[in-house]
Amino acid sequence: MDLKLGHYNKDGIEVVDVEGEIDVYTAPRLRELLIDLVNKNNYQLIVNMEKVEFLDSTGLGVLVGGLKRVRAHDGSLDLVCTQERILKIFRITGLTKVFGIHETVDQAIAAKKSEK
Amino acid sequence: MATVEVTFTPLPAHVRTARLVATAVARRSGVDESLLDEVRLAVGEACSRAVEAHRRHCPAEPVRIEMTDQDQRFVVTVSDHAPTVPARSPAPATDNGIHDAAGHDGAGHDGTGHDGTGYEAIGHDGGLAIPAGFGLAVISGLAEDVRVLSTSSGVSVRMSWPSTAAAS
Repeated sequence: MDLKLGHYNKDGIEVVDVEGEIDVYTAPRLRELLIDLVNKNNYQLIVNMEKVEFLDSTGLGVLVGGLKRVRAHDGSLDLVCTQERILKIFRITGLTKVFGIHETVDQAIAAKKSEK
Repeated sequence: MATVEVTFTPLPAHVRTARLVATAVARRSGVDESLLDEVRLAVGEACSRAVEAHRRHCPAEPVRIEMTDQDQRFVVTVSDHAPTVPARSPAPATDNGIHDAAGHDGAGHDGTGHDGTGYEAIGHDGGLAIPAGFGLAVISGLAEDVRVLSTSSGVSVRMSWPSTAAAS
């Protein structure tokens, strides 16, 4: 499978684990998952990208779409990513200014809690 | 090195194949390992936009990608046959402009007025998640030499990276 998705709840925050490649073929599945989570009233999301091997602008679009959806409910969508090859596309597009990007899931959760 | 040419049905599933082939050919051409991620990403973006353009305008037509060495550069050209549609963006529609979108400012406005990037598909729920033309902007940030040739019969995106002649 090109893309593996999983999610779990931790401290009231929904963490989405993404593994594999996010591109024009696989991105719709991530999109559907994010929509589904929001429809089930999960507005505090963390997307863990540490096992993502490839991300293109289609994937960025899905993440931006997810961010917009949760923000409509005063929620947030943060990312976990330390891989330079993935961070590069966020930098090129200026999206490092749009997303909170953390080094670990625990740090992302701590950051969300301190915002409250 | 002789040209490698791949044509594929415009299906999203084949974009990965095109990425992998381009990366393999780039490596064989002598493109530095540190640039291969950029090749993979840029070729993927170009193929994605071509696939989406075909799916909307000519789903039976294959997308073509050509890879070759020229003057110590690894050159990739991704061509589609989707007719240029009227612009939705403020940019003027140009039918036969050849543009250099070189530079790393990431804002690569290609000026073609061409909305065939297909990323509107992401915004089914009403509104673009990211602006059309984003794919080309990403490509501009990844390859130092990018040229977009837009005619009424389709768009070619030509990108190149330095390669070593010794590898040929």
